[in-house]
Amino acid sequence: MNSPLYRKKWPLLIFLLPAFAFLAVFLFYPFVQNILNSFLNISGLGTAAAGFNEPWYHDYIKMHSDPNMATALKNSLIMTGATIVFQVGLALLLALLVDRIKLGAKLFRTIYFFPIVISATALGLLFNLIFLYNGGMLNQLFASLFNTAGNLDFKSEKYFLATMLTPVMWQYVGFYFVIFVTGLNNISSEVYEAAELDGAEGLKRTFYITLPLLRNVLCTCLVLGITGALKVFDLPWVMMGEGIPMDKSWLLGTYMYSQAFNRGDVDYASAIAVLIVILGVIFALVSNKLFKQKDY
Amino acid sequence: MAAKAKHSLTHIRRQKLPQLLSYTMLTFWGITTVYPFFWVIINSFRVKGEIRSDSFSIPWPWKASFTLDNYRVAAARADFIKAYTNSLTISLLVTAAVVILAGLAAYALVRYEFRLKKYIYGLVVASMMFPVFSTIIPVFRMEVVLGIASTGKRLLSLLSVVLPQIAGNLSFSIIVLMGFIRSIPVEIEEAAYLDGCGPIGIYFRIILPVARPSFATVSIFAFLWSYNDLFTQMFFLRFPEERTITLLLNEISSQAGVNYGLMAASVVLVVLPVLLVYVLLQKNIIKGLTVGAIKG
Repeated sequence: MNSPLYRKKWPLLIFLLPAFAFLAVFLFYPFVQNILNSFLNISGLGTAAAGFNEPWYHDYIKMHSDPNMATALKNSLIMTGATIVFQVGLALLLALLVDRIKLGAKLFRTIYFFPIVISATALGLLFNLIFLYNGGMLNQLFASLFNTAGNLDFKSEKYFLATMLTPVMWQYVGFYFVIFVTGLNNISSEVYEAAELDGAEGLKRTFYITLPLLRNVLCTCLVLGITGALKVFDLPWVMMGEGIPMDKSWLLGTYMYSQAFNRGDVDYASAIAVLIVILGVIFALVSNKLFKQKDY
Repeated sequence: MAAKAKHSLTHIRRQKLPQLLSYTMLTFWGITTVYPFFWVIINSFRVKGEIRSDSFSIPWPWKASFTLDNYRVAAARADFIKAYTNSLTISLLVTAAVVILAGLAAYALVRYEFRLKKYIYGLVVASMMFPVFSTIIPVFRMEVVLGIASTGKRLLSLLSVVLPQIAGNLSFSIIVLMGFIRSIPVEIEEAAYLDGCGPIGIYFRIILPVARPSFATVSIFAFLWSYNDLFTQMFFLRFPEERTITLLLNEISSQAGVNYGLMAASVVLVVLPVLLVYVLLQKNIIKGLTVGAIKG
């Protein structure tokens, strides 16, 4: 691109400066400052630091002995695994099914995608009503179906994990579904016709033709899902708040918020945020390596 | 064509059972997506006490279980109009700023050749990976020092949310717009240049009109992201008159106690407008939220 039109460089400044000033002030600078903050001693949001921690990496040692931190890390990893299996897996299954039907594919797409445009806060409230101990939707359903006597406590130590994960999985299946359907539509019908001549039909066709051709799309979805799982906050916060039950349901995001806002340990919160970034980078690198895009 | 028709005819005969199975499973997931919304709508019209014992029947207006009380209570106890005004103010400002800044930056990054281009582009891509957790605390401190956050003044507080949200959306929008602007043939611009039009004029008279669909995509994404975000808003907005829709819901979920009718009505008041917009614009919305994922 070197048209005479774009040889004079001064307009560049007008075009680029506003956006990059914004990025520098509200993204790059805070990002670096946050790493620095994790070595400082800050006792309140919005207040200045009172010197370095003693030793400066104190918060990172604290993480090792903090049982809530272990819980948060474990739950975030479970969230990541569940995202791969349930969000991406279920979406792939549904997309393969919708690829086989003649009518109504658009309708399913519209319906499945809808939860994504709804704020997770509203969904959290909705699921709180569904999982309510005393007379929630599920407990009423179970009572009428199985005639069970007692109510299930969905936020107890036994069930809290499923209660926290289900709405997050449920909300995002439609997102990956749409990406898969777009990928499936890009496979030309000639490939299928040729496959049919060779006798590949039904499940054989799915495993030997469709899935290999869908590889790149699948990789994109996996990378998105894995890196996105660390950022989940709204739904678990509205449903589980401060680690209900008994500090068992913390995620890295919710624990970081609680440390910054409710417990006033701002530098510890910064250190947790740094950990989230490091994990995110590792996840992205590993998944990019594992699911490397191929050109056909 | 004839060959194709014959092909699908044999297909239909052979695939009747799998088709039926596909429809069954797809419909099942469709129901799990739609029914929770339907359930919360019917229960928002139900007499308070009955939600926990008989939540599956439809409270038709002529039945004794029908009531509008939940909406009356919601209107009396929570200022939904104020919350909508706050939310829309924030989201519209974010959307406008993102479209203006990202458009100019994307145009420059595509059309100009300059020394640092590669690094600047790399910086934009990398900053998409910054989770909001890792920048929010320094941004908060900075805005307190600048006198934007925690002032108790409503408009300033709204601005304190708008600024980091703009930064959070910029990189993604730049990448999406770059993809589109790259596909516009540069010859049109060169012709305009020969007619005496400068790069700024070209941006407004050629790029902007031609790239309108992708600007729509970016605006939808920025708007929904900002509107649904709970984390940033919880950080910056503390006072009742600054409350946005998501904060209001979060408040209701922790303070409504056992008033489940109020919760159901509040969810409906938040979901319904989005549902209407979604039905009208669903094609653009679905594209808006997935295009970046596929390209990026």
